[in-house]
Amino acid sequence: MDYVLSLLGPLAQGAAVTLKLFAITLALAVPLGLVLALARVSRFAPLSAAVNGYIWLMRGTPLMLQMLFIYFALPFVPVIGVRLPDFPAAVAAFALNYAAYFAEIFRSGIQSVDRGQYEAAKVLGMGYGQTMRRIVLPQTVRSILPPMSNETITLVKDTSLIYVLALNDLLRAARGIVQRDFTTTPFIVAAAFYLIMTLILTWGFQRMEKRYAKYDQ
Amino acid sequence: MPNMTSDAPMIEARDIRKAFGANQVLRGVSLQLRQGEVVAVIGPSGSGKSTFLRCLNHLETIDSGHIAIEGETLVTTDAQGRCVYAPDAELRRICRKTGMVFQHFNLFGHLTVLENLIEAPMVVQGLSREAAIARAERLLAKVGLSDKQGNYPARLSGGQKQRVAIARALCMEPDIMLFDEPTSALDPELTGEVLRTMRELADERMTMLVVTHEMGFAREVANTVAFMDQGELVAARPAADFFADPGHERARAFLRHML
Repeated sequence: MDYVLSLLGPLAQGAAVTLKLFAITLALAVPLGLVLALARVSRFAPLSAAVNGYIWLMRGTPLMLQMLFIYFALPFVPVIGVRLPDFPAAVAAFALNYAAYFAEIFRSGIQSVDRGQYEAAKVLGMGYGQTMRRIVLPQTVRSILPPMSNETITLVKDTSLIYVLALNDLLRAARGIVQRDFTTTPFIVAAAFYLIMTLILTWGFQRMEKRYAKYDQ
Repeated sequence: MPNMTSDAPMIEARDIRKAFGANQVLRGVSLQLRQGEVVAVIGPSGSGKSTFLRCLNHLETIDSGHIAIEGETLVTTDAQGRCVYAPDAELRRICRKTGMVFQHFNLFGHLTVLENLIEAPMVVQGLSREAAIARAERLLAKVGLSDKQGNYPARLSGGQKQRVAIARALCMEPDIMLFDEPTSALDPELTGEVLRTMRELADERMTMLVVTHEMGFAREVANTVAFMDQGELVAARPAADFFADPGHERARAFLRHML
C-alpha cells in the first residue's frame, strides 16, 4: 500500500501533462471544429470541398504520424515551415486532428435540424448567421452530446501518444517506474487515473444531456 | 368587397411560373390581394397552391413572373425573360411585410412559448426585451395561451402550437398573413380553435392568404376563393358566388368531391 501511495506523486505529475494536453486540445478543437462544420455545410462549393479534403486527410492518417510530421518535418516545409517545441507540436497535431472529428459530429447535428426551422427563421426576417447562431446550433447540442462524449473520452486516452515526442504523460511516467522497479503495479495505478478522468467526463456529459433534454419533455 | 382605398394591392402576383426539374408546378398563376381581403386558395393535393404561397415570401424562387408586395417589387422578369430578384437586403425588408404560418408549426423547440415570440422582434427589429415581452403577452392573451408562456413547444397540443405560431408571426407586426394549410396537421377536434383565431384575425381586417382544405372556413371567412389545379389558378370568385357556382368544370368536380 505504501508503495502505491509512493507512486501517486510521480503519476500525478504525468497526469498533469495528460490533462493539460487534453484541456488545451479541447479548447482549440471545439471552436475550430465548429468553424469547419459551418464551412462544410456552406453552399459555397469550393469551401465545402476544401474542408472535406482536410477532414479526409486528418481522419485518414494516424494521429501519431501527424504529430511526428509537425514536430520533425514541418520545420523544413517551405513558406509555412515553423519549428515548434515538443509540447506545442503535440497540441497542434491533436487540435487539428480532433477538430476534423468534431467537425463531422457538428455537421451531423446541424443537418439533423429540420428544414422547417430554417424556413420559420427566414420568414421572421432572420439572416443566415442569426438563424445558425440562435436557432440551429442551440438545437444541435442535444444530439451531438453522446458522440462528443465518445470522442472526448477517446481524447483522454489518445494523449498517451505523446510519448513519441518524449513527453512525460501519465502512461510514460508509469512505464518509467515499471522499468525501474520491475513491477507492473504502476500500470494498474495509471489505469485507475484514466478511469477516474473518464468517469468525471462521463458524469459531466450525462448531466449536460439531462439539462438539454428539458425542452423535449 | 373590403376597403379599396389604398392604390397598390397588398400582394400582386403576375404569371408566376415555376418548375421542379421537369415538373412544371406553376403554369402562370396570377392573383391580387387588396387591403383587408381574405383569400382562400383551395384545390387538390399537388395543384401547386402551397408552392405558390411559398413563392410570395421567397421560400421558393420563381422561374418567371412578377411579384410585388404593397407596390414594392420582390421579383420581376425582364424583356429577355430573365427573372430578377430585388437585392438581398431589400428582399428581406419586403418579405418582412408578410408573416407566415406553416402546416407543421415550425416552432423553435429549444425556446419557450414566450421566447419563440420575442426572438425575432428582438433580433431582427432590435426591440428591447421589455417591449418585445409586452407585445408577446398581448398576443398570447389574444390567442388564449397566456398561461403557456413558460412552456416548451413539446408540451403543447397541436392546436396550441399552431396558435403560438400565429402569435409568433403576428409579433413581427406584419401587414399580410400567409397560412400554408394551417389545420392540415391537426386532429379534427383541434382545428376549431385555430380556425377561430384566424377568424378573429380576419374580423380585425388583417390581409390574409390561406391555403386550406377547410371548405367551411373558405365559405364563411374568405372574401374570395381561388381554385388551383395542375399548376393553374382556374377560378377566383367572391366566396358566396364560388360555392354557388365556381364557374369551371374542374372546380365543380372538386367541390362535389369535398362537400
